[in-house]
Amino acid sequence: MRAVLRTLLALIVGLTLTGVTPVLAQNAPPRIVIGPGVIEPMPIAIPTFIDEGGAGEYAREIGRVVQSDLEGTGFFRTIGEEAYISRITGFDAPVAFEDWKAINAQVLITGAVSVSGDRITVKFRAYDVFNGQVMEGAALQFAGTTQGWRRMAHKVADVVYSKITGEGGYFDSRVVFVSESGPKNQRLKRLAVMDYDGANVAYLTDSSAIVLAPRFSPSGDRILYTSYESGFPRITLLDVASLARQSLDEQPGTMTFAPRFSPDGGTVVFSLERGGNTDIYALNLSSGGLSQLTNAPSIETAPSFSPDGSQIVFESDRTGSPQIYVMPASGGEGTRISGGAGRYGTPVWSPRGDLIAFTKQNEGRFHIGVMRTDGSEERLLTASFLDEGPTWAPNGRVLMFTRETSGAGGQATLWSVDITGRNLKQIPTEGPASDPAWSPLLP
Amino acid sequence: MTLAVKSLLVVASLALAACNNPDRYGAGGPGGAGGPGGAGGIDTTGLGDPNNPTSIAYFNQRVGDRVLFAVDQSTISPEGRAVLTAQAQWLMTNTGYAAIIEGHADEQGTREYNLALGARRAAAVQNFLISQGVPANRLRTISYGKERPIEVCSTEECYMKNRRAVTVLSAGAGV
Repeated sequence: MRAVLRTLLALIVGLTLTGVTPVLAQNAPPRIVIGPGVIEPMPIAIPTFIDEGGAGEYAREIGRVVQSDLEGTGFFRTIGEEAYISRITGFDAPVAFEDWKAINAQVLITGAVSVSGDRITVKFRAYDVFNGQVMEGAALQFAGTTQGWRRMAHKVADVVYSKITGEGGYFDSRVVFVSESGPKNQRLKRLAVMDYDGANVAYLTDSSAIVLAPRFSPSGDRILYTSYESGFPRITLLDVASLARQSLDEQPGTMTFAPRFSPDGGTVVFSLERGGNTDIYALNLSSGGLSQLTNAPSIETAPSFSPDGSQIVFESDRTGSPQIYVMPASGGEGTRISGGAGRYGTPVWSPRGDLIAFTKQNEGRFHIGVMRTDGSEERLLTASFLDEGPTWAPNGRVLMFTRETSGAGGQATLWSVDITGRNLKQIPTEGPASDPAWSPLLP
Repeated sequence: MTLAVKSLLVVASLALAACNNPDRYGAGGPGGAGGPGGAGGIDTTGLGDPNNPTSIAYFNQRVGDRVLFAVDQSTISPEGRAVLTAQAQWLMTNTGYAAIIEGHADEQGTREYNLALGARRAAAVQNFLISQGVPANRLRTISYGKERPIEVCSTEECYMKNRRAVTVLSAGAGV
């Protein structure tokens, strides 16, 4: 009966939403299949985590972050406390599953927090309410310093998201970006890093020189970016822990930009401009060896490795307008994969290997889109005056990008969108921000 | 909560530090002022008398320090050739100056493509000046892509002035 009702609801809601398919069979574990299908967010309950000693505000705040992470995906809806029939009085106390079933919670997340000095311990269980069981692998404990409390909340949410969707998590991750201030014709820029949801901002450089388009290393310990610190654009390597930075290329009379790491972190691909012509080069970080990967009078830029390291997707205007090409990692002419009307740029290979995200400019509008690696099945996910520079979440399911408004007061902000095109939302930042790049999932 | 307060304090102190460090293109920098069509008035302080044919002010205003480009193009227009021919003559007469040619793009394009496009425009100007006899060792190029528009509206009226290459003089025989 309930299943019938829910199916009806799903059909009604399905007219306006796209994206999630909760599987409703009562004996199957709670499951969301992320795809082009439809349906309502899965109702879940996250009662305030139990304070097992000294936790204070942390108990409540951690639960809030877990809720924010899960609801932020658009796949979950948290049932308000006012609807609860019974309470969770202790982490190991028996759970009255009938009471949670009655309010239609499909998943119940219980947790407990204790703090001693600067040490915090967070434990949680995610229950399949209809089966009255802890979901397999969803009962864990995290311990660390109180400074890392949000990370622990993200890890709880990552486990739950992962168990229910079958996808990798992405909440326990950082985003490096360019923090902007000042008027449009005199913009000040500096590198900053934040949690994926905009919290915990830290600045990595001052704004004495223009900085552009940072990218994380595969292990998240280093950042590549373009800096005008020398007076000219140069690719620069920054160590995240020490903030030590070094310019990677010092050939006089040239300009270097658009750097990106290889999947093993040992090579940097980038654009080098000499005499007005821009080509793609690779720099071996340990040997210092430089190799030229493209050799054409046109602009070749924005290189990005496939996750297996065998190929590079890049942008070239050899046909007169910028389009997307794929070449072997050793270089070559490449094969054009973009085919639609308009100009294509900033291709980025998905960490899953299946898709390439890009910026498209057509008829005065900018779009973020995805296509398969052979250029087929192009889908545009956004449209605005200026959307550009997508970066992949570690699980290859969400993109973050820059959106800039028009005119004299135009400002850049960060946005994210699912690869299904749903759940478009702005990432909260203290001021204008651009050029986001997602870190890998933190260890 | 305390965590938030601490982050705010860090932000505030960094922001203060940043105020003392405008980049070289900021207030008082070489590119923000000067030249026909410049934004916010023309400030010639320190550039010499525009009536003195050997001054930087004369070069910027009378000779013309910039050329404009069509969308996505780096081809120099007939008007641009006239300006650059005059620039070359001035540079060969006033041998005590070197120049950095700054290439720019409008905001209709991705950041990295526009960097490359600005470089292509700067190089087109450099090549033209060299072809007119200006020694290559007095010229250098840089691209700002779409990072430093002089006009801030989002219509072609502004875009056409932002698609530019500006010859910025400095005292000294070489760069």
